[in-house]
Amino acid sequence: MLQTPKTISPPSDDKRWKIVDGMMRRHGHEPYALIEVLHTVQETFGFLTDDGLKYVATSLRVPYSKVYGVATFYHFFTMKPPGKHTCVVCTGTACYIQGAPLLLNAVREAAGIKEGETTPDGNLSLLTARCLGSCGLAPAVVYDGQVGAKVTTESIKRRVRTYLESESEATVQEAAK
Amino acid sequence: MNQEDLANIASQTRESDSHYDHVVKVCVAAGCLSANSDQVKTQLESEIKQRGLETCCKVKGVGCMGLCAAGPLVSADANDRMFQNVSPADAAAIINCVVENKPAPPAIVMDSKIDFFARQEKIVLENCGEIDPERIEDYIASDGYEALFHVITKLKPLGVIEQVTKSGLRGRGGAGFPTGLKWTTVFKAAGQRKYVICNADEGDPGAFMDRSVLESDPHRVLEGMAIAGYAVGADKGFIYCRAEYPLAVKRLRTAIRQAENHGLLGMNIGDTHFDFKIEVRLGAGAFVCGEETALIASIEGGRGTPRPRPPFPAQEGLWGAPTLINNVETFANIPPIIRRGGEWFASIGTEKSKGTKVFALAGRVKNTGLIEVPMGMTLREIIFKLGGGIPEGRRFKAVQSGGPSGGCVPEQYLDIPVDYDSLASVGSIMGSGGMIVMDESSCMVDVARFFMEFCMSESCGKCVPCRVGTTQMHGILQRITEGKSEEHDLELLQRLTGMVRSASLCGLGQTAPNPTLTTLRYFMDEYRAHIEEGRCPAGVCHPVKAEAEVIA
Repeated sequence: MLQTPKTISPPSDDKRWKIVDGMMRRHGHEPYALIEVLHTVQETFGFLTDDGLKYVATSLRVPYSKVYGVATFYHFFTMKPPGKHTCVVCTGTACYIQGAPLLLNAVREAAGIKEGETTPDGNLSLLTARCLGSCGLAPAVVYDGQVGAKVTTESIKRRVRTYLESESEATVQEAAK
Repeated sequence: MNQEDLANIASQTRESDSHYDHVVKVCVAAGCLSANSDQVKTQLESEIKQRGLETCCKVKGVGCMGLCAAGPLVSADANDRMFQNVSPADAAAIINCVVENKPAPPAIVMDSKIDFFARQEKIVLENCGEIDPERIEDYIASDGYEALFHVITKLKPLGVIEQVTKSGLRGRGGAGFPTGLKWTTVFKAAGQRKYVICNADEGDPGAFMDRSVLESDPHRVLEGMAIAGYAVGADKGFIYCRAEYPLAVKRLRTAIRQAENHGLLGMNIGDTHFDFKIEVRLGAGAFVCGEETALIASIEGGRGTPRPRPPFPAQEGLWGAPTLINNVETFANIPPIIRRGGEWFASIGTEKSKGTKVFALAGRVKNTGLIEVPMGMTLREIIFKLGGGIPEGRRFKAVQSGGPSGGCVPEQYLDIPVDYDSLASVGSIMGSGGMIVMDESSCMVDVARFFMEFCMSESCGKCVPCRVGTTQMHGILQRITEGKSEEHDLELLQRLTGMVRSASLCGLGQTAPNPTLTTLRYFMDEYRAHIEEGRCPAGVCHPVKAEAEVIA
């Protein structure tokens, strides 16, 4: 049996670790809470980091290999930081036959990124979802958490362009300052 | 809380609702919410306030009304007035129509007598679109928790199981295992501690039945689970819900908190010795976790990989304890079965498939949305009467049921009744209830490739037949759609389907070949067109065989 270190401190001074600590406490630091805790880490920080995984592993007394295994097994967890804006194209069956592949192509054309990628300036991430359960609205796309219904290649291109342009303007303004 | 308190809440809620002449119901389930139904609701409320109608007219957020494609939906009074595609700007017109009986703009008026609504029979969805999912009082006023009180005060566990067995209810997750038998097994299993798990990991792409039930009527699922807990001797339940359904998770957590505050979950429920607690556990986007042993592994905090059965979870499940796992819709059927008796439920449906089934109708069909129909209705009636047929004057090609585990049923079998056995006889499965309609614009080889890609990426990798087999089959299908295949590829594909089906460890692999098998069986001409002529009849794929030969 591994000896638990007396004090385990979070990987950084970031106050957000307190939220993660709270979640682990709520589950009595039981190993079975691993997935719940990883959800909290991702919700709080946007993605999972190596340091975060190690901290969770030590705190819950779960081998790091297992924590890494769980984090990479489930599609919901990501170890890449998301872009400022996200565009999630649903590729469930209903959306697929209503033209989701065309939408992915449209984003590829407009932003030059494939699914799972982020634009080099970190403005936009293109992701896919297995099924949002919004099949009545197919094809559906989630723009920054808001579901867009019956999306066309035109409308998705327009939206993607506004994301890219508005951000570049912001950068221009920042540069001007 | 005792039975009298429950009756008091019910009568008080009904009494306060009866003060209103008109109740305007706005759908606030995920489908309509994404079309801004919350703004419609706010606008309706302020319209009523502005006109000083607060005392006679009430706006209520309700669950899914079914016809998601026409959302946001609003209905008034006894649903005899319905409105579709409503925008916040229509609020005044709706109030005019409801209160002053003035005609509303034709664009937003919906006929509530259409087949889509008239031909449904609602048991699981009886409260969807009627009650406010965030108020426990609304549920109690619709006879909620009555069944739970009846069970814990008047019935022995075996008496509960007897009713469930008599009802003939079969598991709604897809496989159709008799629910009564499963409950009996867990009841008889030896163990100090037992668990109840609700499988809400609705991973099938194209299915949103469980999501709608959880978002529209969460208490019904909690009540069903508590009854199950009493019947099998468990004091703890888990709901394993997809993280992709944030609204369902939020409403479930609200519902659990409300039920605990009312003493309907927790210790000494209804002043008896029955304790039952429910916790929500989040899934993390793994389709395989719909398989029960994988789901258990995930609740225990590990990777969601299945293990061989037996021992079945009913004997050795969560943390080695006997565990009852049922699907959301199965639990949602329990309260009405207890209230109205197993015999009543058994009188609906066909000989071997009792009751009703909720389907998520989507794809190339006019009325996409959620329907509940008695078992035994034909596919044709579902697609062409309730669904309103194929839009844009196109021709029907196939209907896909059961997601990646199901098959594509062609036109010649549209008149089979929808029940577990008939669907299996044509190579498909009932599945959890996703029903995707395809017309001539879909290429069946491409559809088979799509599902195989899904299974390939969702295979957990534990057993070789599934991990390698799905990859190989996907490779062949990919080659066919690209026009790079050879004649022997079809034979190889056939052989692989048989092998993966018989040698895989869990249901994911065993059923992964189904979409391919059924398309091979019913749409061989499309495969041949790709392979021999370098042509995709639907114009979806771009087989390049012809050009490749020219260049060569």
